[in-house]
Amino acid sequence: MKRSITLDVNGATRTTEVEPRALLASVLRDQLDLTGTHIGCDTSQCGACTVLLDGRAVKSCTVLAVQAEGKQITTIEGLSGDGRLHPLQQAFWEKHGLQCGFCTPGMILTAVDLLSQNPTPSEAEIRHALEGNLCRCTGYQNIVAAIQSAAGALR
Amino acid sequence: MATLFGSGIKRREDPRLVTGRATYTDDVKLPGLLYAAILRSTYAHAKLKQVDVAKAKQAAGVVAVYTGADLRDKVNAVPCAWNVPNCDLKVPPHPVLAVDKVRYVGDGIALVVAESRAAARDALDLIEVDYDPLDAVVDPERAAQKGAPQLHADVPNNVAFTWKVTGGDADKAFAEAPVKLEQRILQPRLLPTAMEPRAACASYNPGTGQLTCWITSQNPHIHRFLLSVMTKLPEHRIRVIAPEVGGGFGSKIPGYADEALVSFASLDLGRPVKWTEDRSENYKVTIHGRDHVEHVELCGTKDGKITGLRTRVYAGLGGYASTAAPGIPTILHGLMYSGPYAIPNIAGTVYGVYTTTTPVDAYRGAGRPEATFLLERMIDLYARKIGMDPVEVRRKNLIPNDKFPYTVATGITYDSGNYQGALDKALQMIDYKKFRAEQAKARKDGRYLGIGVTTYCEICGLGPSQVAGAVGFGGGLYDSAIVRVYPTGVVRAYIGAKPHGQGEETTFAQIVADEFGLPVENVEVVAGDTEATPQGWGTYGSRTTAVCGSAVKVAAQRVKAKAKQIAAHLLEANEADLDWKDGKFVVKGSPDKSKSFGELALMANVAWNMPPGVEPGLEATAFFDPTNFVFPFGTHICTVEVDAETGEVKILRYIAVDDCGPQINPMIVEGQVHGGVIQGLGEALQERAVYDEDGQLLTGTLMDYAVPKASQMPKIETAHTVTPSPVNPLGVKGVGETGTIASVPTLVNAVCDALAPLGVTHIDKPLTPARVWTAIQQAKGGAR
Ligand code: FES
Ligand code: FES
Repeated sequence: MKRSITLDVNGATRTTEVEPRALLASVLRDQLDLTGTHIGCDTSQCGACTVLLDGRAVKSCTVLAVQAEGKQITTIEGLSGDGRLHPLQQAFWEKHGLQCGFCTPGMILTAVDLLSQNPTPSEAEIRHALEGNLCRCTGYQNIVAAIQSAAGALR
Repeated sequence: MATLFGSGIKRREDPRLVTGRATYTDDVKLPGLLYAAILRSTYAHAKLKQVDVAKAKQAAGVVAVYTGADLRDKVNAVPCAWNVPNCDLKVPPHPVLAVDKVRYVGDGIALVVAESRAAARDALDLIEVDYDPLDAVVDPERAAQKGAPQLHADVPNNVAFTWKVTGGDADKAFAEAPVKLEQRILQPRLLPTAMEPRAACASYNPGTGQLTCWITSQNPHIHRFLLSVMTKLPEHRIRVIAPEVGGGFGSKIPGYADEALVSFASLDLGRPVKWTEDRSENYKVTIHGRDHVEHVELCGTKDGKITGLRTRVYAGLGGYASTAAPGIPTILHGLMYSGPYAIPNIAGTVYGVYTTTTPVDAYRGAGRPEATFLLERMIDLYARKIGMDPVEVRRKNLIPNDKFPYTVATGITYDSGNYQGALDKALQMIDYKKFRAEQAKARKDGRYLGIGVTTYCEICGLGPSQVAGAVGFGGGLYDSAIVRVYPTGVVRAYIGAKPHGQGEETTFAQIVADEFGLPVENVEVVAGDTEATPQGWGTYGSRTTAVCGSAVKVAAQRVKAKAKQIAAHLLEANEADLDWKDGKFVVKGSPDKSKSFGELALMANVAWNMPPGVEPGLEATAFFDPTNFVFPFGTHICTVEVDAETGEVKILRYIAVDDCGPQINPMIVEGQVHGGVIQGLGEALQERAVYDEDGQLLTGTLMDYAVPKASQMPKIETAHTVTPSPVNPLGVKGVGETGTIASVPTLVNAVCDALAPLGVTHIDKPLTPARVWTAIQQAKGGAR
């Protein structure tokens, strides 16, 4: 049985019909056309689906869409506005923190959460914070550099 | 004017990627879209007695269900396209859905098409399959023995081919050599794990007879051809679009049944159909890599001169021969047995063997990592046996700088090299002598430090088409570009290759912008759509820059030559009297008489005043076919400390000195090295696809397959030497695979070096703490 839910996504109110078992990741992608949230696994390992729920990074494949009602959801599409890039988006660009880009939305949103909790992370802390995000292309080095650089810019 | 060639400018592709505005295949949505799901065999080897889809057909939301029997006459088998000659290759048919037998866990059995993803998935559970299980065999060496379970009726002992490479007289060399050693080396099966799973979305328009198929593809033109073979639609009715592709590492080269299935369903139903694998499906169905059992022998003198190499290799192919599979452990592996060394006598035999497992094909490096690993491992064992420093052994055998082009015993000719230069640079960076001193001291304190050195060269920039034909590759290996100048002076380059993370939208724009003196913003690179781009052969084998980049360069030069003709006409000057300066053709001696590139773009496109006999327009097409492969090389060094109590390996430093010729964008080159090295360290330290005896994949999800994480991996120190290749106009070599090729033996050699005092000589990959610990215990036991 489908039910109607109202989600607060990227500052807009979106109402859609979902099955109770539907994952937030699928609903964002298939129903709300927010395809910047990616799905890279089925066991909650890869982090490609990471979004912000009330400002905290969450794997949207581990959340039922119905559970996200009443929370503020930020996806990669909503991270910046006015044609400006968020400092982390800018830093990933400048430091070559991405290659194929598939992991990138999740990486950036995880990093947003990290820097909001810890504005001056060490390299080890950054690497630890990326525990739940896999990248097969970059070897992580430039992702770490991008987060360090954004941390500087945000301070 | 400063050139863009050589400048580490930011990538053009990134703004859409960092903002979530890129379109990957699964993001494609079309009106009336249906979703497909594929029922996969749960047995590794079984007869299919019955497949009952009646209940699934009745399920809510289900539009159609097809079985192998339904498609037998409608969709052709999945082709194998690398028909390696002189090896008695046997390629049994690989039906898009199994008909009477399944040959690996994941083999397709039925296709469900439904109104939603969930409905399609749910209906899979309603299909009843009656299997008659047969024995599985997962190890390629065992599968090739008499009495092993037989996969295909007409492939005795499961041996798909027996391929040999010889040069010099290896048997004589071994008979005469004072030093001989042998080692069994395993190259475990790996899961490529591009972060984007594969997907295909097919849309057939019955009105036009045209099929458009979005595919997660590294080579859309190859996919168009393979799709044409499988669907029986003529090639000109098929448009393949590879939109944004989230990594490939080889796994998105082959043709798969899946894109043929959705294409057939769309043809049959007249509605678009999309299929996307999830990760566990990806691990069962998308090709795997490596899977060799190697018996390797090396011989040489007592003072470190290698005189011969012999191998006997069992290469697992899985249940069927995937698109390029036969070429990987042969052409791309055995021909590289000499590595960067002058080894006069080589004899190798490679058996390609069918096993009841997922098909194996090209995975980053594809054949060369296996060759480099066995050689580099053997050299360290040899050095230890004769009591010589492993670096000195390498130095003694490296092909001297003044010997290029150099033909090795396997018959291929290396384009250019400066192997000693890269080695010296890497040794200097690590301060080799100092490390050896520290190591000696640490050993006295009961600590185990080790250093691994790999000097490698590899074959890439695939390659001359004539050679492709001669070695049975079912296609050309040239590549192509159209450079089109618009009336307003901005440019698009349509390329035959299909980058998927390697950044050629940027580097190729740099090439074009330099040629025309334009800012890089004025050049767009278009790839991935067979409707827009000329015939190309894809992005793999580190070929895109060397081959397709050269096509871009040549096309741009042609455009410029035409612009010059027009400029001469408009300026009433001889072409010989024109200089190209700051984006303008200037009449020598009359700096005020000039035509800018923008003016010429307009004049060519409006054609109001063309030189006699010159056609309007300003564009050119180039098909570039190189005269040889390119052979990048370098030295990687790694230092480690091993905890002998726990078997844990700690990487202290990792140094990569690579020579890929001149670099168009050093930032991107460095990114390729980082990614490649980490992928190789994953292979060396933790990755391995594991099947049980029954052919069940135990590492079937990302929970069990250990893709490297940020916290597990070191920082890489990179440096370069620059030796241009003479075989293309850019002088470039490839760098996409060097990291993976070099890093695996580097790490393993370092660990074996660390544990030398304990008597450890070799440990099979991956070097997990458990394996290292076990090796230490065994060595200690052996010593007692
Ligand atoms: S898709 Fe959510 S963690 Fe992989
Ligand atoms: S950039 Fe490709 S997976 Fe991270």
